[in-house]
Parts: sequence; structure tokens; C-alpha cells
Amino acid sequence: MSYRTHPSEHIAHNVDKADFLRMLGEYLKPDSLLSDPEDLRPYDCDALSVYKSLPWVVALPETVGQAQAVLRLCHQHGVPVVARGAGTGLSGGALPADNGVLLSLAKFNRILHIDPANRVARVQPGVRNAAVSEAALAYGLYYAPDPSSQIACTIGGNIAENSGGVHCLKYGLTVHNLLGLKLLTVDGELIELGSGGMDAAGYDLLALVTGSEGLLGVIVEATLRLLPAPTTARALLAAFGSVEQAGAGVAEIIGAGLVPAGLEMMDNLIIRAAEDFVHAGYPVDAAAIILCEMDGMAEQVDADLEQAQNILLRMGATEVRLAKTEAERKKFWAGRKSAFPAAGRISPDYYCMDGTIPRRSLAEVLHRIAVLSASYGIDVANVFHAGDGNLHPLLLYDASQPGQLERAEEVGGKILELCVAAGGTVTGEHGVGMEKINQMCIQFSPAELAQFHAVKAAFDPRGLLNPGKAVPSLHRCAEFGAMHIHRGILSFPELERY
Amino acid sequence: MQNENLSELLRERVLKAIAEGSPLLILGGGSKSFYGRTAVGEVLDMAGHSGIIAYEPTELVLTARTGTALSTIESVLDGQGQMLAFEPPHFGLATLGGTVACGLSGPRRAYAGSVRDSVLGVKLINGKGEILSFGGQVMKNVAGFDLSRLMVGALGTLGVLLEVSLKLVPKPEVEETRCFDMGADAALTAMSLWSGQAWPLSAACHDGERVYIRLSGAESAIRASAKQLGGERLPDGCAFWAGLREQNLPFFRQMDNSQASLLDANLAVPSLPREAGAAAIAESLWRISLPPAAPMLSLQGACFIDWGGALRWLKTDADAAAVFALAQQTGGHASLFRSIDRSGLVFQALPDPLKALHMRLKQAFDPLGIFNPGRLYQEW
Ligand SMILES: Cc1cc2nc3c(=O)[nH]c(=O)nc-3n(C[C@H](O)[C@H](O)[C@H](O)COP(=O)(O)OP(=O)(O)OC[C@H]3O[C@@H](n4cnc5c(N)ncnc54)[C@H](O)[C@@H]3O)c2cc1C
Repeated sequence: MSYRTHPSEHIAHNVDKADFLRMLGEYLKPDSLLSDPEDLRPYDCDALSVYKSLPWVVALPETVGQAQAVLRLCHQHGVPVVARGAGTGLSGGALPADNGVLLSLAKFNRILHIDPANRVARVQPGVRNAAVSEAALAYGLYYAPDPSSQIACTIGGNIAENSGGVHCLKYGLTVHNLLGLKLLTVDGELIELGSGGMDAAGYDLLALVTGSEGLLGVIVEATLRLLPAPTTARALLAAFGSVEQAGAGVAEIIGAGLVPAGLEMMDNLIIRAAEDFVHAGYPVDAAAIILCEMDGMAEQVDADLEQAQNILLRMGATEVRLAKTEAERKKFWAGRKSAFPAAGRISPDYYCMDGTIPRRSLAEVLHRIAVLSASYGIDVANVFHAGDGNLHPLLLYDASQPGQLERAEEVGGKILELCVAAGGTVTGEHGVGMEKINQMCIQFSPAELAQFHAVKAAFDPRGLLNPGKAVPSLHRCAEFGAMHIHRGILSFPELERY
Repeated sequence: MQNENLSELLRERVLKAIAEGSPLLILGGGSKSFYGRTAVGEVLDMAGHSGIIAYEPTELVLTARTGTALSTIESVLDGQGQMLAFEPPHFGLATLGGTVACGLSGPRRAYAGSVRDSVLGVKLINGKGEILSFGGQVMKNVAGFDLSRLMVGALGTLGVLLEVSLKLVPKPEVEETRCFDMGADAALTAMSLWSGQAWPLSAACHDGERVYIRLSGAESAIRASAKQLGGERLPDGCAFWAGLREQNLPFFRQMDNSQASLLDANLAVPSLPREAGAAAIAESLWRISLPPAAPMLSLQGACFIDWGGALRWLKTDADAAAVFALAQQTGGHASLFRSIDRSGLVFQALPDPLKALHMRLKQAFDPLGIFNPGRLYQEW
């Protein structure tokens, strides 16, 4: 589907492309500057590939100096800039502006330093997530945040999205594992955030920039916290006769004071798809399974796992299996980690949602999703980070069938509204991007959105960085608000509708 | 215990301050009035705005009004076998709001995360007198900019915090403290080594003569770790760490003469202009944040090492500029934690572009400069 920014979020300019390319060419090597439609094609979308838009120009700087030059020129001429890591984002965050520069950090792919004494890694933003742990392993250390996309996604993208992963329940999100950043502001100025210590002077801009989806600056270096690799990791798999029971089991584990390294849930549709795909040995008759992993010292792991097993049996698990070997543990996870591609095998297309809800609402929200699924005729498979209430309903559809994508999108929007109504949020880890920008009008009041805009303006007064993403314009919300009522009040009555 | 929602009243006070252009000094329990620069303004008393709004142990989340006493929150959590991961110092009658605004974390911080790591959401009044909510009550939330974590350590300069939601952790089954006699350099090496291995560490410090480490977890794991690590068991570990957290240990109490009153935690210490000559004898307490394995700073004065090396408390009468410069050179930053003179730089100076950005952010929240002007930096 071709994508255009909302008129109120579009940044117009009259810069001549040939002129601009010539100016960029003074700083970038010819092969670092793309403008031929054929060369631009690979950059026309991220992993939310239903939306596409060709960038105006792609710049692939190799040095901070070159990236600064690109930003300075764009700033000087009022040209929008969209940063891009690996393009694995699921919310259209790296979707190009059709009159803007797509700034790829792909060539910033070096691990600059691993400092075992201080347990940090200094890396360039284009380094793949998994490469950090691979490099740290030699020192018995690792980088904890582990998005399922970790073999491909970059640290820059992880920071921009504040990405999570299976291990976030115990070890935190990207923001909890980040100690420093070098950031280029929109005018190409280099600023350093954080410090070599555990905090820094002034406002916590490190936290502010994390998860800001490329709207506040371009990350050119990151200092990551490394943790000692646990000596032991063991997992169990519990099967349940109903999704509700499994949800209650999750709440009970957390309530008992256990902190699993991972606590994941899958429903029957995805259990079967994953089993077909990787033969993980999952019980295909179960309505839901829970995967629960404990890590740390062997003594701790054994104690915790035993307690978890007792709780799950008490909560009605029909079967609890302890992985007896490392191979079996890996098999448990292989099924979970292949859930997305497995969904791709049972449906021509799927659409992954990312709402987060309080754990107590798990059963209720899952039930309502099932009702929506039935009434729209769109199958929904659920596989998610149950421990922190982060849902990933996969809406299965066939884009070649007229109307199916629209119906899937509608169900998706309804699911996000359910999450907000349950006291949760429209996105736990994938970001708002362009995908959930309308739902932001539901989650936040006009004054709250205005505060976001004020913060954005403190960094980027003309809104050149990643326009049309993450924070909706008030006009967009007025338009969207014509259909939606915010907390019982019509939003933006003062703004014109168009 | 009071349990009252004063949001509207507080908002009216803010609107009045805006109309009159008169600054407000946001005050919780006054326990950390010694911290930060001296600020002037009419007191906005938050203590009455109190009460726990939501707490469900299985969610590991608590939401409370910011005037709620920290001790109240901690005892409620304790009753459910839960706690705040960051082990905040009280320094007297601490409130939730002051705890978040000051952003100070205790010994557990190095291994369990900081105040800001635990903050999930806030409700605040901005400098336009609007009540706004950011973040939420769930563990993962990336909708919109993370303005709730931005409030941590901002010392109230960006808004009046009304409510805060915090992530909680279960209390460990067992804790045990082990100590080892060694000097500072050896201690830094040892703490760095242990922190890089998978021990159930929850604190590590050095008081000048001994290293103390705290182990937390299942009894079997603590027993096994203690055996392998060795050292001597400290009988009352709990009291020791509380003493460190509250700065009641001898290191903190034995400040050079004139500073003794500064340690009376319940007192809001007024800032006195430094008299000529007095400067030379007055010792200040510095909080220096460094890469954990950084060597001891070559500054005179006694040093207490916390956070496995990442936090150094330094008692010195050295020139402030020298302390700031050395902290920065070593890859960290310093703050003048307790001092008679708080009229100059208390926190590390920011480089120009970063300072300009800070001032624009302050503008974005508090365009008229109503909230705690000068508390963080002189210029805003
Ligand atoms: C199969 C699959 C599984 C996934 N699993 C997870 C998961 O478990 N958890 C999770 O959190 N996410 C997951 N994701 C989503 C995605 O991988 C993450 O959001 C990831 O962090 C994106 O990284 P990227 O390098 O691909 O960034 P991109 O998609 O290229 O960009 C993402 C955003 O970051 C911005 N950006 C990128 N680099 C920079 C920079 N240097 N400076 C400033 N802004 C920048 C972009 O402008 C864009 O807004 C998954 C995706 C897929 C396809």
C-alpha cells in the first residue's frame, strides 16, 4: 500500500534534487548516495511492509563527520530526515518521507570497545543486537535485551524503539541497559548523554531519547551495559486446558515473588503452527502453553523452578515438563522464537499487534480478542510476553482477498483500544511509528500531545526528523477524533475537521 | 495516615503562581532540602496530597500520590513480601515525590536498578497549569516520549509531580552480608571481578578498610555463594546497609566540625554565604559517579565506595572546580552533596550545546520558570 504522510505532518520544501545531491556528494562517496529508483527500492519500507514509500534520497554515511554533514545540509534546506537501522521495525518507524533523506546507519557497524572491568560495550548504532553478546561472550558477559529479531536488528533501532525481548521481565528493556549515547541533533551538533558512571548530570535525556523513534536526534554511538552470563538456565513448559487458566497461572507465578528470566504464553493456533514448523514437541491439544525460564546460580534456579512447577500444577496445568537437557530447553524456545515465521506458513499475511495490559486483565482481553476475531472473520493467533502483559496478537489475513487487509487493520485498531481501556498501552515494544499514530489520539489528551510537541520542538523546532511518526499532529487527531471520543469527551472541539 | 487528593487545589496554586509570575518551591517532607542549589520561592506543600491509589501485588506495580510518606509505602509493600528495587534513602521524612524528584538510589542500585528504572508513569502539573499523565501502570510502554523517566532527578524543575507508578520487586528470601579486610585499590579490583561473575550480589561497598558485599536470593544459593566467596559473615547486615543508605555510618557522621549540623537529616539546612576564610576549613561531602573500575581519585579526603565502585562518597575541602574537573576526566560526574555553600555549581556543569538543550526543555515544560528555579542550575 503506498503511504503518504498526513497533510498536517508533511514537511514541504522546494529543494532541487540534483542540486541537493551535488551538495551531499561533496561529503559522501558516490556509492554512499543513492537516488536511482532501483537503488531506493530496498529502502521503501520496514518490516511492516504493507506500507511503502520510496525515499527521495538515501545517504549511507560511514563517519560521524559525514552524518553531521548530511544533517547540516538537510537542516539548512528544510529537508526531512528519517534514520534507519536494519529496517526490522514493525510499526513503520523507518518508513521514508517521499521528499526526504533516508539516513541509513548500516555502515556504522563496528563494536568499538568491550571493557570487561566496567562491564560495558561501546558500539556503533548499526551493530546487530546479537553481535554484542557474541563479542562479550569471551569475557563471560552478555547484553541482556534480546528482541526476537536480534540476529538482524541494530542497536540504534533498539534504542530508538526501546526494544524488549523475552529476557526483559528480569533484565529490563533497552533503556535499563544503556549507559551512554552520542547523538547528533537535527543541526548536526554532537552531544553526549549519560556518563561512564551509572547516572549523569542534568536531566535524564538518555531515558528521553530511548524510545523516541528517531524524532529527537540520530544516534551515532552507544555505551551498553553488559551483565555476567548466568551459569545456569533451565526452562519448563506447562500446558493448560484454557487460555484463562494459563493467564491466571502467569499472575500467580509473579505474585509468588518469582522473577523468571522469561515467561511466555502461546495459544492453540500458534502452538500448532510452531509445532508443524520446528517440531518443538509442543502438546498440540493444549489450549495454551506457558514457557517459563529461570536463570542464575544452579541452587537458585532449582529452587525457583520447583516453586513454579508447584504453582502451575495447582493452577490447573494438565502437564508440566522440565527441560532435562540443554538441547530440550533450546527446543522449547525454538518453537517460541519461530512463532512469527510459523504464522507466515499458515496464512499468506499476518499483522502483529503489540498492546500491553495489566496482567490481571489477560484472560478478559484475550476473550474479547477472540470475540472480535469471530465477528470480523479474521483469525487471531496469540503468542506473547505474558510475564509483562505484552500481547502480540497475530492477525492472519490474505492481502490478495479484497477487503481483508482493511478488516485486519480494523480489528487491530479495536484490539489496541481494548488495551487502552484495560489500563494498558497501544505499544509495549514495537513503537508507534506511523502504524499506531491514530491510536495515540486515544491514549493521550490534546494537552499531553501538545507537551510531546513542545519536547520535540526543544530538539527539532521545524520537525524535520521523522515527520508523521510517533506523535500525531493535533489536526490528525481532530480528524480521527471525529470518529472517536476521548475519555468521554469529544477531542479537539476547537479544531476544524477536514 | 492522611489520604487526600489535592490535585485541583495544587493546580489552582500553580495557576495563581503563573498569573503572578511568582516562583514556587515544591516541598515534600523537606527531608532533602539540603540537596541541590538553594532555591527561592513560595512553598508549595505536597505533604497533604497523599495516599496509595492502586496496589495489586500480582501486578508488581504501585501507584501513589506524591505526598505519601516513603515509609508508608515501604511498610505496605513489606506486608506483601515486596519492595522498591532501588532502596531509596529517606534522610528523614521522605515522600514519594521527593524521592523521585531527587532521583537518589541506595546501595542496591548497582545490581537492581535506579529510581528511574523503576518509574513506569507519572501524573504531573506542567508550567501551564495543565494536569498531564505520561507512561502508565504496565511494565512495557513505548507510546510517546518517555516523559515520566525524564522527571526523575529533575528536582521538580519540570513540573509538580502528582502521582507516580512504580515497578516493584519481590523481597529476597534471604540476605547475608560478607566482609573482607582490604584496602581501596584491592577492593575496587575485587568488586569489579565479583560484579562480572554470576553471584547473587545485591550490594558491594568499601568503607576505607573493609569490603562488604550483600548476597540476596534463595537460601540454598546464598549458602553456596557465601561458602565459595569466603570472607566473614557480618551479624547485622541489615543495619549496616540501612546505615549506609541513610548516611548514618561513622564515615558520614564524622564530618569536619562545622558540618555536623548538615547531617541532621530532619533539618532543612539553610544555605549560608561562605565567609572569607571559612572556606578553607569546611569539609563538604561529594557524591561522585564514576565507571566502577576507575582508580581512586587523587584528591585528599576520606572516600567511601558504594555501588561496586560506581559511586564514591568523598569528604574533602578541596576546591570544587578541582573535584568537578577530575570527576569529568575520569569519565563521570560529581555533585556537591552536602555543603554549607550551595549558591554556586552543585551539579557538574553541562557543555554548551547540552546546556542550551536543557534550557529549551525547561521552557517546554515550564515556560515562565515557576518551578524550583535555580535548584538544579543557576540559569533556570
Ligand atoms: C520477526 C521480528 C521479530 C521481532 N521481535 C521483536 C521483539 O521481540 N521485541 C521488540 O522490541 N521488537 C521486535 N521486533 C521489532 C524490531 O526488530 C525492533 O523494533 C528493532 O529495534 C528495530 O531495529 P532496526 O535496526 O531494524 O530499526 P529500523 O526498523 O531500521 O528503525 C526503527 C526506528 O528506529 C529509528 N532509528 C534507527 N536507527 C536509528 C539511529 N541510529 N538513530 C536514531 N533513530 C534510529 C528509525 O527511524 C525508526 O523509527 C521484531 C521484528 C521482527 C521483524
